[in-house]
Amino acid sequence: MADSNNDPVDPHAGPADPDNRIGLERQAADSEHAAKIAGDIPERRRPDQPAAPRMRRPARRGLVQEVGSTGHEWDGITEYDNPMPRWWLWTFYATIIWAVGYVVAYPAIPLVNRATQGLLGTDYRQEVAAEIERFDQANAAIQTRLAEVDLAAIPNDPDLLNYATNAGGAVFRTWCAQCHGSGAGGARGYPNLLDNDWLWGGTSEDIYLTLQHGIRDPQDGDTRFSQMPSFGTDGILDRARIDQAVNHVLALSSQPHDAAKAAAGAQVFADACSACHGADGSGDRAQGAPDLTDAISLYGNDRATLTRIVSEGPYGVMPAWDTRLSKAELRAVAIYVHGLGGGE
Amino acid sequence: MQILAKHKMLERNATLLLVFSFIVVTIGGLVQITPLFYLENTIEKVEGVRPYTPLELAGRDIYVREGCYVCHSQMIRPMRDEVERYGHYSLAAESMYDHPFQWGSKRTGPDLARVGGRYSDEWHLDHLRDPRSVVPESIMPAYGFLADRVIEPAYVQQRVSTEAMVGTPYSDGMLAAAVADFRAQADPDADAQGLLERYPGAQQRNFDRQPQLTEMDALIAYLQVLGTMVDFSTFEPDPAR
Repeated sequence: MADSNNDPVDPHAGPADPDNRIGLERQAADSEHAAKIAGDIPERRRPDQPAAPRMRRPARRGLVQEVGSTGHEWDGITEYDNPMPRWWLWTFYATIIWAVGYVVAYPAIPLVNRATQGLLGTDYRQEVAAEIERFDQANAAIQTRLAEVDLAAIPNDPDLLNYATNAGGAVFRTWCAQCHGSGAGGARGYPNLLDNDWLWGGTSEDIYLTLQHGIRDPQDGDTRFSQMPSFGTDGILDRARIDQAVNHVLALSSQPHDAAKAAAGAQVFADACSACHGADGSGDRAQGAPDLTDAISLYGNDRATLTRIVSEGPYGVMPAWDTRLSKAELRAVAIYVHGLGGGE
Repeated sequence: MQILAKHKMLERNATLLLVFSFIVVTIGGLVQITPLFYLENTIEKVEGVRPYTPLELAGRDIYVREGCYVCHSQMIRPMRDEVERYGHYSLAAESMYDHPFQWGSKRTGPDLARVGGRYSDEWHLDHLRDPRSVVPESIMPAYGFLADRVIEPAYVQQRVSTEAMVGTPYSDGMLAAAVADFRAQADPDADAQGLLERYPGAQQRNFDRQPQLTEMDALIAYLQVLGTMVDFSTFEPDPAR
């Protein structure tokens, strides 16, 4: 500033000048900045020394607490030696105590031949067995009755009917719903159990037998079995005769068809189909042969589907359940399905 | 506390830190792993568990490849609700030939430990092609493409010998007949005498209803064997396990 006298007078320099756009505060800031550039930086504290006493938030008792440094330093950054939060510390201690108790009480530490078994003697296998036993005991009386009584007599016994319907419904939703639907409405290829159109019979005895041994289950020797020939792929009928037979079947169920082909198909049907489906196409439950005269069908009764079925002969499989479910459970399901609406 | 004061030495010397870390991890590993070789109550002996047939093994590889384990567990826990829904609780022996096991912990779909025989092949076909056609509320993706992928048993023998290498008891006879068994299981007209001798209870049929041997055959063959090996009507649980 020594040679400022030689400078031309700056009309805006004077603080008193109304045109001076540089305020006094800014002048002060500028000179401070200039001092910093000139090397006049305040000396930094040594990082491993305790910080100078500072005002911190007063502790609860009104004392000002001072926290020292841990003495750790990374690139000039030091670490306060603050304690862990008290809630955290006590939770930590509690988990340690819990762990010790747990190791003593439950199976935990592997030794040479076996693990320590724990003082409580916990055993999941025994627990689940006891739990299942408890429910079996509670239901034992009615389960025994259900397994022994004549199936046809169950609908006349309100207690038994109520139990069988509820228990059967629970089993149905666990084991049967995947194919027959949770509402038993079935799906393409999986029979609807709500209507009165049955492939293998709709009395509770019939349903029970189907449940026990399944249908075409390769693992069960007593399973219900029948197999429609693949008339096309096995070369039993040529394409023209399959077409005639299909037209005949369409005629049976009163659908649009070619009358001439259908007439010719009557002979094909009598030769190839009537043994199982009956001369009038009304089916045969002893062989699981469906009624072809009604509008209900497992896979669909349009022309394309019928042609495919006659040519390739699809057939469904139902697993046998007597290896998985108890006699009482199976009978309960039979009663449940029988009571859905279509039971005979 | 003298030794703690020397900690700085470890922290400042990378090689020394590496050596000591290795020693610590080794001790920890030995403590965890060694008892498993000597504990007598980890895997109980159970009748009926056999190694997978080559076709089931291929199906299992597809199961792993498609990430089925992400949504399906194969572990029925010993709890009443699970036992009533899925069947007998799983035994360690039932997955002793699984490398790696498929126990899982996520059940977006149901547990599959005992799915074998529970559904027909037709159902599996329908369900894998279009899950919604049989289970309207399902969110499972469709896997119909498996039926279009023909498997040539080029690596079947190597695959079986790899299993043998990690400890599954495949005999030399099983190894030699691996490719034949692979084809025979999916062909209902093939002679299954040898297959059934080597793998008791193996199911032989055309799983996907197509003449060619596809990934669908293999996957369904695997699903149909899951949980069916042990006959639980003769199984007596050891209460001390």
